[in-house]
Amino acid sequence: MAAAFSTQELMIIASAREIQDGEVVFVGMRLPITAFGVARLTHAPNAVGLFECGILRNEPAKDMLYTMSDPPNQQDAAWCTGTAQVMGLLQGGQVDAGFIGGAEIDRFGNINTSYIGGHRQMKTKLPGSGGAADIAAMSKRLLAIMNHEPHRLVRRVGYVTSPGGLDGGTSRRKAGLAWGGTAAVITDRAILKPHGEEGELHLFSVHPGHTADEIKAHTGWELKDHPLLAPTPEPSALEMDALHAIDKDGFWRS
Amino acid sequence: MKSKLVSLKEAVGSFIKDGDRVVIGAGLEHAIPFAATFELIRQGKRHLDLIAPISDASADMLIGAGCASSVTGAWVGNVSGGLGHNYRRAMEQGIPHPLKVNDFSNFSLAMALMAGAYGMPFVPVRSLLGSDITQSNPDHRLLQNPLSDEADPVVLVKPLLPDVAVFSVPRSDLFGNAHHWGSLGVTQEAGLAARKVILLADEIVDPAVISSDPNRVLFPGFKVVAVVHEPAGQYPSPLTGCWKRDNAFFNDYHQRSRQRDGYLSWMDEWVLSLPDHASLRTKLGGRLSDLRIKGQAFSAPANFASE
Repeated sequence: MAAAFSTQELMIIASAREIQDGEVVFVGMRLPITAFGVARLTHAPNAVGLFECGILRNEPAKDMLYTMSDPPNQQDAAWCTGTAQVMGLLQGGQVDAGFIGGAEIDRFGNINTSYIGGHRQMKTKLPGSGGAADIAAMSKRLLAIMNHEPHRLVRRVGYVTSPGGLDGGTSRRKAGLAWGGTAAVITDRAILKPHGEEGELHLFSVHPGHTADEIKAHTGWELKDHPLLAPTPEPSALEMDALHAIDKDGFWRS
Repeated sequence: MKSKLVSLKEAVGSFIKDGDRVVIGAGLEHAIPFAATFELIRQGKRHLDLIAPISDASADMLIGAGCASSVTGAWVGNVSGGLGHNYRRAMEQGIPHPLKVNDFSNFSLAMALMAGAYGMPFVPVRSLLGSDITQSNPDHRLLQNPLSDEADPVVLVKPLLPDVAVFSVPRSDLFGNAHHWGSLGVTQEAGLAARKVILLADEIVDPAVISSDPNRVLFPGFKVVAVVHEPAGQYPSPLTGCWKRDNAFFNDYHQRSRQRDGYLSWMDEWVLSLPDHASLRTKLGGRLSDLRIKGQAFSAPANFASE
């Protein structure tokens, strides 16, 4: 029995589903923290979370997190250490999945959170990488969560903060990145996944209440269908309960 | 040994100079010494280079107040709120004046401080391959790994040597020997790399408390030039075992700093109209005492006995 849900709730839950049980996950700031918590309480009870402030958790935090450094994330942590140690593990190839947010993404999954318009002709200054560039470069699989608008999903980003498939095909490997790349982009309308030799993002699943035509009209390149294209399953009552337990104050769902 | 205990006003006045390269907190969102941020604004410091991977909204406040000429970091904004409005105004419109950014990622900044700490000429990383950060910041240099016969691009990161690093700590003795716990961000690297360290201690303790657990010390006391006894010196950020985060404060700042006038009235209310951090504690009253962590989850003692 499906529960009543908002677009934001569906996006967080759809993101949580991309985390597999038993994975070591590098959890980026803001929405990924909530999505990781939902995964832990539902289908991925053995996923382990690494946080760039220097925390490893085997158990989800017992209270609401506004930032990854909040006291509930510190109490009963499996490891409290520094940024160099947790990101060093990442660079060492010991992290299965990385999970970040974004402002602008292109058809090869490159993400810009630094300069809209590029650093030489900047139109808008965004906060910057934080750990996102490291997570995108060094995770075995990258998951990205963001809002789906034509100015956000663009043919080519003006500045690559966090590398996805770069120019497509083998360009990521040629740049020296021996593994990784964008595995899924979860938006408030759909899920996109790379497909084909170029690894271009394709429409993989359509969220309830949305249509493929509308999603394509809101994408800044000619979005093609993934061969496995299907509707996104609605959130279950279990998933909704988990989200409400993780985001007690409703801050990340509004 | 001579006590290093001074007021926050003296510490900031004596040890932080215009044009210094400063680290104001290195815990990303944890233990950010906002009392020092506010005191820098009150003293009207200028031309600072703000070094930090992420210091929650501290950098945005200093930029809005006109204290900074540059940012050497990975991220400037408001972690729960989103964008940093003062950062945008400075970068996009030169308000209150233009700002230079030296782009890093969290890992490359940690490595740059580590290089500074250990006297390394550079540190090689793979983690910025493919990122335009190597294009916008020439302190990252892309080249072939000289130890490999195969094609193997690496990025060299130049060392960073801050003039001063300021940290909030749960406890310190009068001589700058301090304990840190919880997530550490780049505190150890920044403390070792900085020429001078200023500590804002929530509690001043006997030296025997610190030496009872020397593994909880991140850098030697001789790096510390000033110890300030400043309860809740990290407010509104959290400090493990001591204080919760004041999320409403960050949200209010985010809303009010949206416009320049709103930021100026915020700064007047929360910084300029208060002579010191004790006045801020008084102004907050019950709101601050509600954030005090009252629960107990003590670690088990570790035995350091020699026989």
